[in-house]
Amino acid sequence: MVKSILLVGVGGQGTILASKLLTTGLMEAGYDVKMSEIHGMSQRGGSVSSQVRYGDKVEASVIEVGGADILVSFEKMEALRWLKYLKPSGKVVVNDYQINSMPILSGKFDYPSGILEELASKAPTTVVDAAKHATEIGNPKVMNIILLGTIIKAMGLQDIDWKKIISDNVKVEFVELNLKALTLGMSLV
Amino acid sequence: MKKLLTGNEAIARGAYEAGVKYASAYPGTPSTEILENIATYQDDILAEWAPNEKVALEAVIGASVAGARSIASMKHVGVNVAADPLFTYAYTGVNGGMVLVTADEPGQHSSQNEQDNRNYAKFAKIAMLEPTDSQEAKDMTKLAFEISEKYDTPVLLRVTTRVCHSKAIVECEDRNEVEIKTYVKNTKKYLTVPMHARILRLKVEERLQALKKFSNETNLNYIEWNDTKIGIIASGGCCSYAKEVFGNTASYLKLGFTHPLPDEKIKEFCSKVEKVYVIEENDPYIEEQVRILGFNCFGKDLFPFCGELTPDVIRKAVFGKENPALDCDQDKVVPRPPTLCAGCPHRGFFYTIGKRKNLLISGDIGCYTLGFAEPYNAMDYNICMGASISAGHGAQQVFAMQNPAPMRTVAVLGDSTFFHTGVNSLLHVTYNGSNTITVILDNRITGMTGHQENPGSGYTLQGKPTKVVDIEKLVRACGIDQVKVINPNDLKAVEDALDWALSLDEPSVIITRWPCVLKKFSPEDKEEFKGSFTTRCKIDQDACIGCTKCVKTGCPAIYFDKASKKSSIGLDCVGCEVCLQVCPKLAIQKEEA
Repeated sequence: MVKSILLVGVGGQGTILASKLLTTGLMEAGYDVKMSEIHGMSQRGGSVSSQVRYGDKVEASVIEVGGADILVSFEKMEALRWLKYLKPSGKVVVNDYQINSMPILSGKFDYPSGILEELASKAPTTVVDAAKHATEIGNPKVMNIILLGTIIKAMGLQDIDWKKIISDNVKVEFVELNLKALTLGMSLV
Repeated sequence: MKKLLTGNEAIARGAYEAGVKYASAYPGTPSTEILENIATYQDDILAEWAPNEKVALEAVIGASVAGARSIASMKHVGVNVAADPLFTYAYTGVNGGMVLVTADEPGQHSSQNEQDNRNYAKFAKIAMLEPTDSQEAKDMTKLAFEISEKYDTPVLLRVTTRVCHSKAIVECEDRNEVEIKTYVKNTKKYLTVPMHARILRLKVEERLQALKKFSNETNLNYIEWNDTKIGIIASGGCCSYAKEVFGNTASYLKLGFTHPLPDEKIKEFCSKVEKVYVIEENDPYIEEQVRILGFNCFGKDLFPFCGELTPDVIRKAVFGKENPALDCDQDKVVPRPPTLCAGCPHRGFFYTIGKRKNLLISGDIGCYTLGFAEPYNAMDYNICMGASISAGHGAQQVFAMQNPAPMRTVAVLGDSTFFHTGVNSLLHVTYNGSNTITVILDNRITGMTGHQENPGSGYTLQGKPTKVVDIEKLVRACGIDQVKVINPNDLKAVEDALDWALSLDEPSVIITRWPCVLKKFSPEDKEEFKGSFTTRCKIDQDACIGCTKCVKTGCPAIYFDKASKKSSIGLDCVGCEVCLQVCPKLAIQKEEA
């Protein structure tokens, strides 16, 4: 049985670190793991995705249309952009966070309204205000780790030794903050 | 020891385990991280950024001639630049094993074309390997060196974006220390005057026959029998996509060694299955061979001729539909095109030149190619690395034939691109005396590919201080007498420099010198660009008249609120002051961050 997790967002939001920690944890738990990312032009403020797949034996690293068990969107509008990659039985975790793209900043387009309602009408959706929570625990940058916490809980991966994974992969001075963010994220689902 | 590695990290690991001594590359997505990761084995491998792919491959060839296992890596279009040495080294053969990694881009995620570099192996008559995942990427890199030395051939290791940038579990081994072979002078092998090359040509043909035999025998090409109603032939990343769609319901001929192709295995497979699907991205490289061998198959008549053949694409082609999926109103989703960052030093230049008329702006490859887009609309074309100056020269010569000349040409390229192949083009301008204006956007680093050092940055790949090649001196040494160095964030300086260059009757160069906003400053940068990117600008909401002039600088930190009809500046502002200079009401002020 192979499970697929799709993390999407905007270049610079920390999806790469979150998926790195996630895949490392899955490997140490004994799963076969594959992950796909696209680098390059997308870093310049573009739409980004990290596709994580795990199970006994994983073939493709990419998630196909209708293939994800969970869609975790670090930015609201990106959840809509990637929704067709979710299984009809899949669930959504969405960060209540808005990043305006250039056509919106320049006034040419409006940022779409009613995104959270639309998502909820399509699939079981958990809305997380990761920016608010991250600021509360002391650093807006740990938004990605809070969202990682939601994935862990939603996919039932709490038994993996995340404390070790974070301690091994994050700078010493940030370990405590990241663990706090992870625990908080897990409590939100 | 198991590690989670991307394909690029795995190729680097493979090079390390294979005992490689020398590596070189020019950065280019999706290949960049190969050399960056080889450089982490710095006690064992000398890894060097080259100014371009041709130089990288030639240096690697020299290292191979001198007896060391050596590896070059580049993106698909980089091989075009390096094709000249490749085709000759294909004749001479190697001393120490030599591998060239080509990272192709089906789907063109970050490239100007989608060329299928498997054709290069056939064209140059050399061996080729195509890994499917990270484990194979590591194993095949090691094996490529064995094949290179055994068959006396350069080996092409062909990967694609998804193989390069996908992570998977890799079983790592220790390094196999391979001694540097003795170099013995042998002009009949290495000196390709026609009398030698004609003999080498015959050897190339013998080698191809031997490689063909190897291709039929090696377990890099293997058949996996399941139900024989459907037979799949695939190589590289496509193998995993096919498995995802067909699972155990089809039989597979999995090809890992793809030049020359294993005719005997193809015949055996095709004669035993009812229907053959050849699943390959880009060109019908395998399909054509299957047809030559007399078998019918489904190939490009069924599958798209371009883009990635991910499982959903295969499913749609074979079964007529994708998996059931959720849908929503995609019209609501606003595009998110890549943009120049807040504080990008290219902004001031493109904002200024974009307002001028009667200019043909000859572009190049880098972040600054985004200058073509709104709101700047300040680029007419781009062809390939370094072409801005030479193509600009050609255009300028034709404009100059007409009276009055319809327009002037401005060539625009970055520092790393100038070192890549722009220098040669500038020599053409000087030598043939066109009235071309060249602008070198010197942001002190190779930006687009993620901040690699280059000959002008003062540091090597390993971060060691090295000689700085001074662009201004180099431009002058190329014979250009009219040179100005300016700060591109100073819009008046940009206007004045353009006026000055346009008034001249001889070639000129403007160098805009300001670091990339994302660059990690060196001690020299900290001194030269002291205090930059540490401040912010803000808009006095009472003074703002909603004219949107600041919005038209295209800065992602500036937001126009339609309700209040006022602009405001977000937290990502770093205080470049471009917007401050365009505000007619002086409503934008600097504040300390």
